[in-house]
Amino acid sequence: MLAKRIIPCLDVRAGKVTKGVQFLGNVDVGDPAAMARYYYEQGADELVFYDITASNERRGIMLDVVRAVAREIFIPFSVGGGLRTLDDLRAVLLAGAEKVSIDSGAVRNPRILAEGARAFGSQCIVLSMQVRRVAPSAGFPSGCEVVIDGGRTPTGRDALAWAQEGEGLGAGELCINSIDRDGTKQGYDLKVTRMISERVGIPVIASGGAGEPAHLYDAFTAGAADAAIVASIVHYGEHPIPGLKHYLRGRGVEVRDAIERDAAGIERSAH
Amino acid sequence: MPLLFVMRKWPEMIAIVDYKAGNLTSVARALDHLGHRCEITDQRAAIRAADRVILPGVGAAGATMEQLEALGLAAALRDDVARTGKLFLGICIGIQVLLDRSAEDHAECLGIIPGKVVRFAPAIDGRPLKVPQIGWNRVRQTRAHPVFADVPDNTHFYFVNSYYPVPDDPAATIAMSDYGVNFTAAIARDNVIATQFHLEKSGAAGLKLLDNFCRLKD
Repeated sequence: MLAKRIIPCLDVRAGKVTKGVQFLGNVDVGDPAAMARYYYEQGADELVFYDITASNERRGIMLDVVRAVAREIFIPFSVGGGLRTLDDLRAVLLAGAEKVSIDSGAVRNPRILAEGARAFGSQCIVLSMQVRRVAPSAGFPSGCEVVIDGGRTPTGRDALAWAQEGEGLGAGELCINSIDRDGTKQGYDLKVTRMISERVGIPVIASGGAGEPAHLYDAFTAGAADAAIVASIVHYGEHPIPGLKHYLRGRGVEVRDAIERDAAGIERSAH
Repeated sequence: MPLLFVMRKWPEMIAIVDYKAGNLTSVARALDHLGHRCEITDQRAAIRAADRVILPGVGAAGATMEQLEALGLAAALRDDVARTGKLFLGICIGIQVLLDRSAEDHAECLGIIPGKVVRFAPAIDGRPLKVPQIGWNRVRQTRAHPVFADVPDNTHFYFVNSYYPVPDDPAATIAMSDYGVNFTAAIARDNVIATQFHLEKSGAAGLKLLDNFCRLKD
């Protein structure tokens, strides 16, 4: 049986990890590669980096970050933030990322999903969608709208319709980021996550709202998610990944064993 | 004679077959990390000269075979690697092209391992199955093989696949996994070893398996 994935998300601005990461005696919490190594050894199943600078002149800095991270960890990681063109995708993938996460860029130009899938394979194209609950209507039959720019800009697109269109165009995974729940620590939007997960044939990643271990359990059961993004729940050190996995395993959720060994085979304690 | 002696002391060279697709650098980075010398090459002579050969990658069977044929590497893999006893490791698409043919693109493949490659069913017993399989799945070691030395049975490895190999000879399978159906996750026959999962993205367990391959005695 496939394990449910826990995916820490790190925001990177001008080459440095920015928000919320404040713990770990001997780890430089600003250094993306050091943070990647830390979460790798903690048993993260995958990582995602969001470039929140995302201006063209800073692109080179992010590619350096990707190269540095790729030397440190031997699990998949994706990169998102401001990716618009096939050249953007190629640069990030060649620098060592396993996947690219495309958000606003796909809303503005859906063909990028098809072109990316054709050039690099669907398995590395993640369609990331920010969604917001709205009153169900003819325009929004699913009761959920796609928004962009961190929720500031409505798109007029129905979330379920966009998810299915994205799958059809070639996305290999969908990340459903609830703007309503983002930063609230009140739990993922289970209803929206499940509604989409049950109506597409590709893996769905829940995002936005994790504040306690039970929220991950809910995402993987009631939310029908295949993976879950975590940020502040792990960044503040309150709920380290080994503990989260222990909790989930105890409740019958299949997760990957949470201890990494280094290349020499030396076991590193996850605590 | 003295020169030969010196050459034998040189570290081995591992050729990573470059078929102009997929991400080959991640395997090279893993080998670097483990301290094994490698080169990414599309040259038949380099593959012939290498001590071991790895065919990694992601991609579709049809496109991969077209590239391997166009670059003259299909013949190199059949004649200079498989038949010579040189140690070979295929990863992901690198396991699938070893068989006779693939349902993906109806591709004719290398025919090094008799058998075929088929697609996961979209539903099992009425329950929908997400395809591709993306993520960490347990790998059951069904036959003892030194490539699994010090890797516990039922360890999770990272998979990304819509298709899986079905060798004609069940004895070719050394490990299986379960994704709606029990499928062959790793193959070994003589010098040819291959995994459906990504060793270079499977954390410490993947690195251990990769290191084991690099240390196998032929």
